[in-house]
Amino acid sequence: MGNKQTIFTAQQLDAYQDCTYFTRKEILRLFYRYRDLAPQLVPLDYTNHPDVKLPYELIGSMPELKDNPFRQRIAEVFSEDGEGNMTLDNFLDMFSVLSEMAPRDLKAYYAFKIYDFNNDDFICKSDLEKTLNKLTRNELTEDEVKMVCEKVIDEADLDNDGRLSLEDFQHMINRAPDFLSTFHIRI
Amino acid sequence: MAHNVNFDLSHPRVEAGLESPADEEGVHDSFSQLIAEESQKEGPSDAIELQYQQRNPEDKDRDNVAYLSPSENRRWRIGSDKTGEEDKGRQTDSLLKDSWSSATLKILSSMPSRTIGRSRGAIISQYYNRTAELRRRTQRRASIKDFSRSARPSIRGYGVEVDTTDSAEKKQERLIQNLQNLSAVDRVRLLKEMPLNLSEKKSLRRLTLQMTKQTRSSSNLRCCSYLKFHIILALRHSWYNCLSFLHSLHLWQMPLKRVSGRFGSGVLSYFLFLKTLLFFNMFLFLVLGSFLVVPQAVYPPEQLENRKSFTGLELFTGGGYFANTLLYYGYYSNHTLHSCSKNNISSPPKPECDSKSLSYNMPLAYFFTIGLSFFVTCIILVYSMSKSFGQSFRIDKSNGMLAMKVFCSWDFKVIKRSSVRLLSENIRTQLKELLGEAHHRHIRSTISDKLVRLVMHGLGWILCIGATAGCVAVIYYFSDYMHKEQLKSSQNDSGDPELLKEASLLALPVLVSFINLMLPILFQFTAWMEKYNSPSLRTFVSLSRNLILKVSVLGVLCFHWLKRVAGSADNNKAFKCWESFVGQELYRFLIIDFIFTLLATLFGELLWRSFSDKVLKRNRRPGFDIAKNVLDLIYGQTLAWLGLLFAPLLPAVQILKLLLLFYIKMSSVMMNCQAPSRAYRVSQMTTIFITLLCFPSFLGASVCVTYTMWRLPSSESCGPFRGNKTMIQAGKQRIVELVKENPNLYFLAEAHTYLVENPLVLFVGATIFLIVIYFQSQVVDGQRKIIALLQEQIENEGEDKKFLITRLQSVHERKRTPARNLTSQDSGC
Repeated sequence: MGNKQTIFTAQQLDAYQDCTYFTRKEILRLFYRYRDLAPQLVPLDYTNHPDVKLPYELIGSMPELKDNPFRQRIAEVFSEDGEGNMTLDNFLDMFSVLSEMAPRDLKAYYAFKIYDFNNDDFICKSDLEKTLNKLTRNELTEDEVKMVCEKVIDEADLDNDGRLSLEDFQHMINRAPDFLSTFHIRI
Repeated sequence: MAHNVNFDLSHPRVEAGLESPADEEGVHDSFSQLIAEESQKEGPSDAIELQYQQRNPEDKDRDNVAYLSPSENRRWRIGSDKTGEEDKGRQTDSLLKDSWSSATLKILSSMPSRTIGRSRGAIISQYYNRTAELRRRTQRRASIKDFSRSARPSIRGYGVEVDTTDSAEKKQERLIQNLQNLSAVDRVRLLKEMPLNLSEKKSLRRLTLQMTKQTRSSSNLRCCSYLKFHIILALRHSWYNCLSFLHSLHLWQMPLKRVSGRFGSGVLSYFLFLKTLLFFNMFLFLVLGSFLVVPQAVYPPEQLENRKSFTGLELFTGGGYFANTLLYYGYYSNHTLHSCSKNNISSPPKPECDSKSLSYNMPLAYFFTIGLSFFVTCIILVYSMSKSFGQSFRIDKSNGMLAMKVFCSWDFKVIKRSSVRLLSENIRTQLKELLGEAHHRHIRSTISDKLVRLVMHGLGWILCIGATAGCVAVIYYFSDYMHKEQLKSSQNDSGDPELLKEASLLALPVLVSFINLMLPILFQFTAWMEKYNSPSLRTFVSLSRNLILKVSVLGVLCFHWLKRVAGSADNNKAFKCWESFVGQELYRFLIIDFIFTLLATLFGELLWRSFSDKVLKRNRRPGFDIAKNVLDLIYGQTLAWLGLLFAPLLPAVQILKLLLLFYIKMSSVMMNCQAPSRAYRVSQMTTIFITLLCFPSFLGASVCVTYTMWRLPSSESCGPFRGNKTMIQAGKQRIVELVKENPNLYFLAEAHTYLVENPLVLFVGATIFLIVIYFQSQVVDGQRKIIALLQEQIENEGEDKKFLITRLQSVHERKRTPARNLTSQDSGC
């Protein structure tokens, strides 16, 4: 609560507080987590907006993401270059969306992007198959995967074009009360 | 569902003249832009084609033209039904065709519904719509069409001003203008909700603030709005500081993270529930402590009996050394405390004390503090229950289980590798079950199977209810026996040592805790014998059986205390101060319950784990039974609420108990249990637990306390309500005295008599409340109907889309086959 830190200016912290779901202390704590991944790359002074990007390998080695089957997609979705290399802004954005206080629609938007493996703004059959294989670690048979994909598209596709759009996905998420508690990473 | 159209973009023809959908230039964010662009690109040829065909009356496609869309078919059908259906058949056949031309595919890929939500410009325009909507909403009342949260730039409902062909920069400017005109709270909320990059959000915010500063400095603000602006800023700043402080308390953040990382959200919900109960008790402790305990501690009453010496047994029985302390009701004085009459309590205060000293009316304070704490707890409980219910209850009950399982069942909190593996296995099992269910639904079980299952269920229920009734009867008779023993021993003053007498008080709590421990094991055994089909049914049945047990046990105990113990107050000197006795009983129950939980955790989980590891040599550890543990927590909290009136320091005991329980359960779970192998619907179970906390638990406790205050005569010699009247009568008398002393409060007393005690007012209030509830339920019904209509509308739009695409395709193909069409056109024009 006292302005003893020299990493960010007061305006920068205010901007972060207004644009993410974190408080000042949490933002500083997350900065230290970011820095711990590569102390030699990340400077301790962000007042002049340094351009620092951490490569995907470091982000994917965080304990919160290490064993998550979707970690690569999460990093790709939230990174600016789409490859998984994240700046501090991307890092804060990612954990803000995955925090407890983010609303359902925002989480649904990003969840849709995560499950859309080929980035065509639709979850088609191949995306679904990849999702299923990641969920079950390739332990379902081919037939079962096909059946599940067909049933899912059958259930969730409202405008009958054979694939799930963002609206279909959001409509389905609205009916799932558990989504808010499962799409959440504690940091 | 209707046929699926195969829009397979990986078709070989695609590579030919198709621009990639990821191309930003091909992206549109409004319908008019698309139409304008398309009309420029393709030229008028196709449109004119269509017009010729429409005008030509001998064209065989006339039926097609009249058949505009399935939804409008009913209104526009010209031909007979047969031709309509035939046409539909032809149409569905053509939908399965793969060979779309490249032009069709180009149009398909640049449809607005496929580009919206992807590009930054589209998101900005969507949020421009929302901010405009928000501004309009704050200026007028919300209308029925304001619930749409569609990502499509729907022209309906937003007004014409929105659908412009401005460039992205202009859209951003307009968005910033809109943001600036919103209140600060709305602006921050919208900024946080936008699915944009953090750096873009920061730049939007910076631009908005710059513009805000410009307009503020340029216009002449009146002094009051200027002040308001600064006050709001200051409030926001202090609110952020307050939040920071609360978050920095971070009670148990690391242990909770470890638990959730290893066990997932289900087990985490137990610990979060424990944390919630801890906060409730802290609040109660603060309120009661500051209004009751501290004043009485500063001005202690005169000791009539000698304080007994401290033996270790007091910690368990609550009697002995603790008997005449702040812990219990009997200690609190029944007159006004004055700061100058410290040493001379029993006689009335000296007259010269009145004017200068602070006075504190203890009975009134007791009465109102207990009432206030119950009232505030009730409000907090109802609020959290309704919020939790709102999150987990959805209006439309359509099925979509498999899709929800695929997308919502991965628990992102799970970190540990072995738990991740277990979670994958779990999901795989659930998916297989759901698939299997879909296949085997048609296989019906025979009647004899059903009968057997019914008989088993019936037997199980009879066994459980019978066991519960038996145990309740045992408690009833045993408590009666103990009561009579205590009456006898206090009258005779027999030669039994004091310690034995004190220890015999522990017999009833030990019996009750023992029953609470053993009977759930019997219930589990019964459930295992019964073999339920679905795991959720099994959970509900076990939950309801445990609940019935706990409610009956608490019921018989309340009967024992409020009827027998309170009723024998005038007979016997041991029960002269029956409220303190009941307070001691509740203290004993809390402590013994805690000890039994401790022993059960140690022996149940630790021993079972070493047994299964060494003797059975299995790799599976016991799971953590979330429902049973939460019910135990609710039981303990009910005891604490019951005891609030009789032992004001009981919340402190409960706080200590919960703190110790947290660490014990945490270490036990980490060491002995493994991640759950069954699905656990977190939000539904959390709602159920909060509802159980509110309805049987809190409601029961408040009913008992109300009954005590209203009907039971308080004891003559101890406590703040001495005299042979009920507490409410004593309280009213005090209020009357207070009003007599201060005539200013006369109108309050009058208001109380005319408003609160008047049955007509209460009746009218209840009627209005019921009417409001009925109205809200009708609104919910109406919204359900609207959702069904909207779903139908979306399906119809899908049909429209398909129709248009096939028409485009067929028109394009007709253009390619030159001979026949050209000659017919030549003859036509």
